[in-house]
Amino acid sequence: MTETNQTPALRLEGIVKTFPGVRALDGVDLEVRAGEVHALLGENGAGKSTLMKVLAGMHQPNEGRIFLEGREVQMANPMDAKAQGVVLIHQELSLCDGLSVAENVYLGELPYSRWGFVDWSTLHAKTNEILKKLNCNFDARTRVSDLSIARQQMVEIARALTVDAKVVVFDEPTASLTDAEKVVLFDVIRDLRDRGAGIVYISHRMDEIFALSDRLSVLRDGSYRGTKVTAETNEDEVTQMMIGRSLTHEKNVSTVEPGAIALEVRGLSCGKLFKDVSFEVRRGEVVGFYGLVGAGRTKIAETLFGLRRPSGGTILLDGEEVSISGPVDAISRGISLVPESRKEQGLVLGMSCRDNMTLPQIGDLTTGPFVSNGAEISIYDQYRDRLDIRSPSWRQAVGNLSGGNQQKIVIGKWLAMKPQVLIVDEPTRGIDVGAKGEIHKLIRDLASQGYAVIVISSEMPEVLHVSDRVIAMYSGEIIRSFGVGEVTEDSLIQAISGIRPEKAA
Amino acid sequence: MATLKQNKALRWLTENPIWGFCALIFVFFSLSNEFFFDVNNFQNILVQTSTIGLIALGMTLVMINGNIDLSVGAVVALAASLMVDLQSWSAFENWGNWQMLPALIVALAAGTALGALNGIIVWKTGVDAFIVTLGAMLGVRGLVFVYTEEQSFFAMNFTFSDLGMSSIGPMPALAILFLVATVLVHILLSRTVHGRNTYAVGGNREAAVNAGIRVGPHMVVNFMIVGFFAALAGVTLSSQMGASTPNLGREYELWVITAVVLGGTKLAGGAGNIIGTFGGVLAIGILRNGMNLMQVPAFYVLVIMGSILIAVLILDKQLTRKGVEALRT
Repeated sequence: MTETNQTPALRLEGIVKTFPGVRALDGVDLEVRAGEVHALLGENGAGKSTLMKVLAGMHQPNEGRIFLEGREVQMANPMDAKAQGVVLIHQELSLCDGLSVAENVYLGELPYSRWGFVDWSTLHAKTNEILKKLNCNFDARTRVSDLSIARQQMVEIARALTVDAKVVVFDEPTASLTDAEKVVLFDVIRDLRDRGAGIVYISHRMDEIFALSDRLSVLRDGSYRGTKVTAETNEDEVTQMMIGRSLTHEKNVSTVEPGAIALEVRGLSCGKLFKDVSFEVRRGEVVGFYGLVGAGRTKIAETLFGLRRPSGGTILLDGEEVSISGPVDAISRGISLVPESRKEQGLVLGMSCRDNMTLPQIGDLTTGPFVSNGAEISIYDQYRDRLDIRSPSWRQAVGNLSGGNQQKIVIGKWLAMKPQVLIVDEPTRGIDVGAKGEIHKLIRDLASQGYAVIVISSEMPEVLHVSDRVIAMYSGEIIRSFGVGEVTEDSLIQAISGIRPEKAA
Repeated sequence: MATLKQNKALRWLTENPIWGFCALIFVFFSLSNEFFFDVNNFQNILVQTSTIGLIALGMTLVMINGNIDLSVGAVVALAASLMVDLQSWSAFENWGNWQMLPALIVALAAGTALGALNGIIVWKTGVDAFIVTLGAMLGVRGLVFVYTEEQSFFAMNFTFSDLGMSSIGPMPALAILFLVATVLVHILLSRTVHGRNTYAVGGNREAAVNAGIRVGPHMVVNFMIVGFFAALAGVTLSSQMGASTPNLGREYELWVITAVVLGGTKLAGGAGNIIGTFGGVLAIGILRNGMNLMQVPAFYVLVIMGSILIAVLILDKQLTRKGVEALRT
């Protein structure tokens, strides 16, 4: 790699953005060269997403200047930014379910012939060309609601390729992708880079950043902390820049002998979603479920929580056969589920932190006919301290918190229910490294306190780090269950791809 | 290949269950009443439903946008009153049958303008369309009473009332008008950029904004379209009666919404189509006509229609639910 003095594809200078009461960005500089992948790191709330929204014209900066290829520009709105060659691929999906893939890709700029009629043949041809580049094996005519989340993400990415992009920003693109799908995405990103686009890549995952990026910049608390060449730095140094301290990655050592079987599942099936699933979880044990998105892990969790009616098989709690009629029943039997999508399933975004946390047990927190304020606040305070939730006050609406703090609220909510069996679905999706470590530690702590914990995750390091046993799923079936010590990355990847271990004779 | 075709037909039917229902009641009334299965009666049904049907076409666009327009019934009365009153103004005395033209233009323009007003208020203030048009429903109805001084108007020119009863070839003119409008709006919704954007705005407003769709003006256009169709329905209705009354079109908004919802358009927006709406309109038309022929007392007709609306929507929910595997709520 040669140092060149070419004008950078993108230069941000002294960007300041304030929201009422918050200085979200405080004089941030950033320089992205054409043909490089530039990673942008920072803890949740450090201002990465805000910075990118300023870049993409969704926010107007209070101060500072934006240069594209040396030319000062102003981004009036997202369309303007796109026209100038800056494309933002959102962290959350922003697709229209009822429309086809092609219509979503060209949303707002559908090709049309005279009289405003959509030019379908051009639209489909252009979209299929893009989908082919992305190795997507679905057609431009497919309706978006028929696609899996991962494929919807690819549609989102396809949007970036409709223009001759100078700068493409990926805001946590892998949050809902599995390891196999990531490989495809990385190829796409490298391909874009080789064609001379400047890529800004935002992620919390160090392995991705080190695999992909050429340089990286770090934000902390809304201010710029410096830029490094990726090859010349290491995880510890970057982590220190991000959080101002170094992180100790202690390997999970199982200290507690697993106790009695808390939950046993025998031959559980639910239609076509999953079939003949059997496993057990002991007290003091963390069982990890690993597999591709759509392998049926979440469906099992939902069935255990009473959200789906099993079509066969039995569930045993403490050795006693039970039939779980619904979430209320599940909660009263000590099963709690931290769902995978905190914004849609875990939180009422407009309600305060405290109200969200006490939501499942509000019926018990009463004095006479009224809700007891004190009891609610004390529960909130307890878990705020325990989970280190950073929020100005319990009155803050949850929607205004960063992703990591939101997830802590959800976990706190279910911990407050004092569960026997805790199911955590994608506990650290979209959460920064600092908070990730805390949540992993928390999960271990809970197990050692005698809870039976099930962790569903699409991240291999997380599964390996946090669980005592790993169950690999493929297409609704359990392929293999790994005990402590016998799991390797290779065998795990084979299992989730549907390759069964050869039966010993 | 046969199974593939079958699957396609089956999928189409699960997406437009109202057509299955239409076929069902069609067969039922054909078998149970000797007068039902008759080409003249079919034409009758089309003419009878054309009023609600025209409005439902526009309402489909507005509801796919995630909005609603409750003022259409009042607009029907206003347009009908303008149409009948203006053509008898002395200023147009010597115009012969052309005296209907300025009345028609003013009536349609009034409906379109009121639609634009609704849309602009929704756009600029961000107040929910339900509230804005609820206000418009009351206000416009009041205006009609002020304007007509609580009087009914009668058309002095008999050509006007003849038009409503006229036929083009074998088909009644109003039936043809309704069918042509249906085809046009179907093409608008399914083939044009504006139509496809309608789904985007209702399905994911933020995505639409970020994609550079000008959501506000877009919604105003759809409100203007429904206003136009409400006014057109007022004109055709007054032409059928040769008169207008200030109470014309009461509860029409509810019948229109019923038809559109029966046709599969979601109240939340983002989904629906004209084929479904047409089916919903026909379902109401066939039920009314069939029960009329069977001499079911009028009040029972309402009870039965209400029950059927709820039953069809429950059925729809069951069909779209993915069997036992679905999430419990």
